[in-house]
Formats: sequence, structure tokens, C-alpha cells
Amino acid sequence: MKRLVFVLFCLAAFNPACAREAAPLAQDEAVEKRMVVISEELRCLVCQNESLAASRADLAQDLRREIREQIGQGKSDKEILDFMVGRYGDFVRYRPPLKGTTFLLWFGPFLLLVIGVAVLVIYLRRRSKRVVEASLSAEEQLKVDALLRLDEGDGRP
Amino acid sequence: MNRFLLPLGIFIVLVAFLAIGLNRDPREVPSPLVGKPAPAFELPQLHKTEAKFAPKDMQGKVWLLNVWASWCVSCRQEHPILVELAKSGLVPINGLNYKDQRADALKWLQQYGDPYTLSIVDAEGRVGIDYGVYGVPETYVIDKAGVIRYKQIGPVTQGALEKTILPLVKELQK
Repeated sequence: MKRLVFVLFCLAAFNPACAREAAPLAQDEAVEKRMVVISEELRCLVCQNESLAASRADLAQDLRREIREQIGQGKSDKEILDFMVGRYGDFVRYRPPLKGTTFLLWFGPFLLLVIGVAVLVIYLRRRSKRVVEASLSAEEQLKVDALLRLDEGDGRP
Repeated sequence: MNRFLLPLGIFIVLVAFLAIGLNRDPREVPSPLVGKPAPAFELPQLHKTEAKFAPKDMQGKVWLLNVWASWCVSCRQEHPILVELAKSGLVPINGLNYKDQRADALKWLQQYGDPYTLSIVDAEGRVGIDYGVYGVPETYVIDKAGVIRYKQIGPVTQGALEKTILPLVKELQK
């Protein structure tokens, strides 16, 4: 009897009618998805190496709420990004727009690469010029031959 | 001798870049709002909850908007400087009480002194977002026409006050 009660208890605990899906975090899943996509493009200014999507800072939560509301108002992704840039500057975007002040940021690494390759090429060319093919005199050639023969005679490689 | 000049030159350039780059404070993100009209808002005041305040009430005056909160640790650091500034009467300071509890805020002002002509309550931080606030304290210098002229990120130091803020205020008051 005890066992039966126990089995019934277990069954009741796993009653599928009681099991429910985890409650969604937001009312609207589509809005939430768009919010995440947008906020992954944005930097959290409080902890600057985190995206707005990943940050748990208070400001990040406020800004995510702001993005949700703006999506609700039917604003486009670009309008929302512009809203953020208008308040926090280009730094808030992980991919800042290409313009005069960000030119070095975008192309600086490639510029350094080109400079590095150029320096390498120039250096290698100069060095190869400096190497002179030296030829052996007849006497030196005889010595070399003798040494080589000596090696073979020993049976050593 | 000549072969050392190029590496030395590169080294000096690198040191110069690092010296400038590493001495910068990464927390100071230049605000795009400097030079633009201060965003409009209308919020209740901290002391007289039924009264409202809007930036246009200050039209024709140079004023400071100081974002503060009782939970903000570095606000305490700048607070004596603001109290002194308020005593000098050089420029009116309005406080934006950012994401705070009213009781805590009032207690804080009682304890450390109230340098503000008036404080405005931004309980949800919405006006903060409009002003690009990302780290309290922050202080804005707003001119007679209601244009933001300068933003101090982080606490107002004696140095920043004397070298930057007060000269700018005097210039704008002319």
C-alpha cells in the first residue's frame, strides 16, 4: 500500500498537465528578438566591453526598455540606432560609421600591414644584394676535395 | 648610425601614440550633445512635488545641470565643491535626481548640504537617456539660449571647475 501511494505521488509529480513551458521573458517574442539584434550592435557605456544585449548594468536595462518601447512605436532599426548615436555618440556602436574621424580606425590596421610588408620587402632586397657569390680558388678546391674524400673513406656520412 | 634612425623613429612614434592613448580616460566618451539645444523635458521637483521644472524656465540664464543620486558614491566626492560653488553665487545649479528614492534623496541633501536651486526627479532615468547620461555624476553647462556648451563626465573636481567650467560660465554670461 505504501508503495502504491509512493508511485501515485511520483506520477502526480510528473503529471504533464502540471508541467508548463517556462514563462516567456517578454510579452512579445518578436519584439524581444529584434531588441536583442539591435542591442548586440550597441556598446554598454557602463561596462564598455559588453554589448547592450549582454550587460546587466542598470543603464543597459533602461536602454533595452527604451529599444523595446521604440520597436512598439513602429520605429525602424536605423531610427533606433540613430536615437542612441544622437545621445551617446558613435562610440556606442560596435561598428562605427565610416567617416573622416573614423577613417584611421577602419583602415589603420591595413595601413600598418602595408607598411610592414613594404619594410620587409625592402629589407630582403637589400640583403640579397649584399650577399656576394664567392668562388673558391684552385688551392681551396683541392683542400675541399681532400676533406670530402677523407669523410667517405671513414665510411661516415 | 643611419640604420638605427628608422627603428628609433618608429619607436618614438609608438611611444607618442601610447603616451596619448594610455593617458586618456576611456570612461570619458565625448557627448554628441555639446553644441546642441538641451533636450526638453518637464519633470516634478524634488522638494515641491506638485511643482514642475522645464529647461526653458532657465532661458536667458547660464546654468549648470548636475546629475546626482544618493546611491552614487562619487557624487559625495564632488558635493562639497558644488556646495561651495552654490555659496559663491556665480552660477545657479539645478540637480537632476537620477533614479533615486525621494526619501533617500532628501535625507542625502540634509546630510551633505543642498547646493541646488532646485532638484528635479527623474525616477525612471528617461531624461537621463535623453541627455546621454551613462555615469552619475555628470554636469552640463547650458547657456542663455538653452544650448549645452560643456559636459563634465564624472565628479566635478576643483581643477575642472577652475580651469574649464567657471571660465566658460563667465564667457557665456557676458
